[in-house]
Amino acid sequence: MPINYYIFLSVALFSIGVTGVLTRRNAIIVFMCIELMLNAVNLLLVAFSKMHHLNALAYDAATKAGAEAQLFVFFIMVVAAAEVSVGLAIIVMMYRNIHSTDINFLNRLKH
Amino acid sequence: MSITEILFWFLTALALGSALMVVFSKNPVHSVLWLIAVFFAISGHYILLNAQFLAVVNLIVYAGAIMVLFLFVIMLMNLNAETEPRKNRWLMYAGWLSGFLLMLVIVAALKEAETRDQLALMKGGDIGLIKHLGRVLFSEYVLPFEISSVLFLSAMVGAVVIGKKD
Repeated sequence: MPINYYIFLSVALFSIGVTGVLTRRNAIIVFMCIELMLNAVNLLLVAFSKMHHLNALAYDAATKAGAEAQLFVFFIMVVAAAEVSVGLAIIVMMYRNIHSTDINFLNRLKH
Repeated sequence: MSITEILFWFLTALALGSALMVVFSKNPVHSVLWLIAVFFAISGHYILLNAQFLAVVNLIVYAGAIMVLFLFVIMLMNLNAETEPRKNRWLMYAGWLSGFLLMLVIVAALKEAETRDQLALMKGGDIGLIKHLGRVLFSEYVLPFEISSVLFLSAMVGAVVIGKKD
């Protein structure tokens, strides 16, 4: 598959995530759109790792180039899992205080 | 059209349609279910790219653990379509317009980039198998791996401290 197809798919998924963050007011859905953006980046990293591997195969048939990108994806998943646990705790705390998950109420944090 | 291409286009359509439904759904529970469909489609892409370890980890961690956490929180709060906050119509149009323009700008910038005639290796190439990834992870990347365990510990402590009723 041409790498351009993967680039366009990832850009489309990322833009849908950005649009969701901009248009939705529910904090949980905003959070889910952030997960969508992370996954678009993960998909592109894996596609680029296979592109790099294909290019390296031309010089060395036994090469293992490209494994680093897939490990980066693994670490992105680790950080995303940690982020979700803290973020959902913050949303639960916010709901307990103001009985809503509307992010417009968050501007009350400043005073 | 080979079977790989058919699967690629099917998974692409599934991912994009489900991603749009995540944004469009009024009910947050439906959004979570559509997001799980997106994760399944992305795992299918990983399998097409022969990244089997990441495909399985994506399913277990994202579709299995994180989405169940989201569902728990949504059901704990008893959110439904009626509690969806009212929003300004013009702000919504501006959000869609800017998201579309972002996509347009990035696609236009990358369309003629140097990668335009590069290919991604679909079948073959065993760098995505757990045998090789584990060897690299525990030899070259063992320090980040250990640091991520500290990150998990601090995230766990943070979630408990924030969520605790004082």
